[in-house]
Amino acid sequence: MDIHEYQAKERFRAAGIPVPPGEIATTPEEAETIAAKYGGMVVVKAQVHSGGRGKAGGVKLAKDAAEAKEYATAILGMDIKGLTVEKVLVTPAEDIDTEAYVGVLVDRKNQAATFMVSAEGGVDIEAVAAETPELIRKLTVDPRYGILPHQAFWLANFLYEDPALIKQASKIIAQLYTSFMDSGSSMAEINPLITTPTGEVKAIDAKMSIDDSELFRRPDVAAMRDTSSEPASEMKAREAGLSYVKLDGDVGCCVNGAGLAMATMDLVKYYGGEPANFLDIGGSSNPDKVVSALEIITSDPNVKSILFNIFGGITRCDDVANGIVEATKRIDIKPPIVIRLTGTNEEKALEILQEAGFSAYTSMDDVVEKAVQLAGGN
Amino acid sequence: MAIFIDNDTKLVVQGITGRDGSFHTRQMMEYGTNVVAGVTPGKGGQTFEGPDGASVPIFNAMDEAVAATGANTSVIYVPPAFASGAILEAADSGVSFVVAITEGVPVLDMARAHAFARDRGVRVLGPNCPGLISPGKSKVGILPGQIVAEGPIGVVSRSGTLTYEAVFQLTNAGLGQTTCVGIGGDPLIGTNFIDCLEAFEADPDTTGVVMIGEIGGTDEQEAAQYVSEHMSKPVVGFIAGQTAPPGRKMGHAGAIISGAAGTAADKMQAFEDNGISVAQRPADLVGLIQDALGGN
Repeated sequence: MDIHEYQAKERFRAAGIPVPPGEIATTPEEAETIAAKYGGMVVVKAQVHSGGRGKAGGVKLAKDAAEAKEYATAILGMDIKGLTVEKVLVTPAEDIDTEAYVGVLVDRKNQAATFMVSAEGGVDIEAVAAETPELIRKLTVDPRYGILPHQAFWLANFLYEDPALIKQASKIIAQLYTSFMDSGSSMAEINPLITTPTGEVKAIDAKMSIDDSELFRRPDVAAMRDTSSEPASEMKAREAGLSYVKLDGDVGCCVNGAGLAMATMDLVKYYGGEPANFLDIGGSSNPDKVVSALEIITSDPNVKSILFNIFGGITRCDDVANGIVEATKRIDIKPPIVIRLTGTNEEKALEILQEAGFSAYTSMDDVVEKAVQLAGGN
Repeated sequence: MAIFIDNDTKLVVQGITGRDGSFHTRQMMEYGTNVVAGVTPGKGGQTFEGPDGASVPIFNAMDEAVAATGANTSVIYVPPAFASGAILEAADSGVSFVVAITEGVPVLDMARAHAFARDRGVRVLGPNCPGLISPGKSKVGILPGQIVAEGPIGVVSRSGTLTYEAVFQLTNAGLGQTTCVGIGGDPLIGTNFIDCLEAFEADPDTTGVVMIGEIGGTDEQEAAQYVSEHMSKPVVGFIAGQTAPPGRKMGHAGAIISGAAGTAADKMQAFEDNGISVAQRPADLVGLIQDALGGN
């Protein structure tokens, strides 16, 4: 789960990281009031779960409250990479001497939190890593000890020469690690970490992603979820305990297991179609789950055919077949449904489905080809 | 022969009295797995009733279970909040292999648990994995026993049902398996592709390997490199997620394309570059492995 900049800043502040003040506005008038309160120049920043806000015109420097209102008018409602801006952060403008990058994420290879720092801040760190890796210093944190003082110093030492700045940055690095761990984060980033002409080190931007598996034990973090940036269908799926990702195609896919679901989407493409979604219904043959899945798939007006691809392992195919029949009795489905079931008790399952008037298959290729054909893609 | 589990596997089930734990314990016992103990804190001294009148003693803690039964392997079916604790306990109990089925274990917990297990020389499989099966010998986890057959193919995969799909096709084509291993769909897993490839290379009964990857991370790329440098046996592969959009998690916590790395195209290219034939469809895996073995 991604959280907004202003929310990440709250987490950082709570850990002691120096972050300039800021308040959220949802209307231009609110932005004006906040800017007037701070006095002087302010920055108006779009709060959306997307990178490249600056390039899209979602971050503006305003010289006074009137201009802050003007910029807020332009930014609120703006579309950035398909997401509508509903909130802006208004924060006093800082005098900037230098910009650095400090980030920490869970590294899959080292199986631990790993810091990356660079004196090249305010830029795309992935591009720096790819093109000029010598400008990045990395440190893998041993989960048994956490970040140690000399390690934080070693990282800070790569950013600055002035001992006063190094001291402040080491402290911020240690605080960032605390915030990262306490938030159940998978990624936390300060970009840029600035120095001011008066010799202060501050975080003026903040980014954080949360490990979804942490949310059950961190209600304060879970409460930061912004459902407005999530398609209604995905929210419904999440509430029903289904893994669903909406895509742009017209072949609705309902599959048990994430790997098989991805392979099914790929096969739709192979046969000349476009998948409308990723959907994993899990190991369940529960008709309620099948109903939820069908409701979610059919809520997408692009869907022209629906395919089930079920591998019955421990789950018995006849149970799943009964679930599908039961579900389609409860709700009215317009697009044609084709079903593939194989594995445990497949013969019984095919009988049940054929009796109920469904086209049933045992080969994954056959059902996908049929579904693509029904959607008119081939 | 087989890898990681065989006729000598003596299994303890952590969470044996839970809904999933009890169901799969029966399934494993029916398959012939030697389940010697169960652990559920607070239920020590009770007995788990298995199929055909078989029964399994339940203990309060792993050390007691291992001391009393000589168990050498554990499997974990406990809820996410307690799963990393169960792994830590297992790694400290004397078993050498821990299979963690649980999905949704916090990743930062796993960073600690993996380090702890590594320090003790204990192999962890998973979490968020279907386990493994050595046909005719032992099954640990949730893989369906009826779709496998004894034979010479090693199978390693990040997925569950997609593995079943591939294994079922192999079995139907008369290609049995030495061991089928599901390494799990999480970002931090204890046993990776290379660990399995190394074991299959060393296993005299395995003549070829089917490797099934998916988007996210770079494990497949590193495995491909390993194959070209260290494997004498043929390896064929499949990658799921060619149509997955970047930045979105596709069911598995680890199945996400971050930045330029981790795409299906990247992984398929790495396979091709290192002599691993890549199937365009799961159905093509059988032909590819037959060709690879025939040409050997």
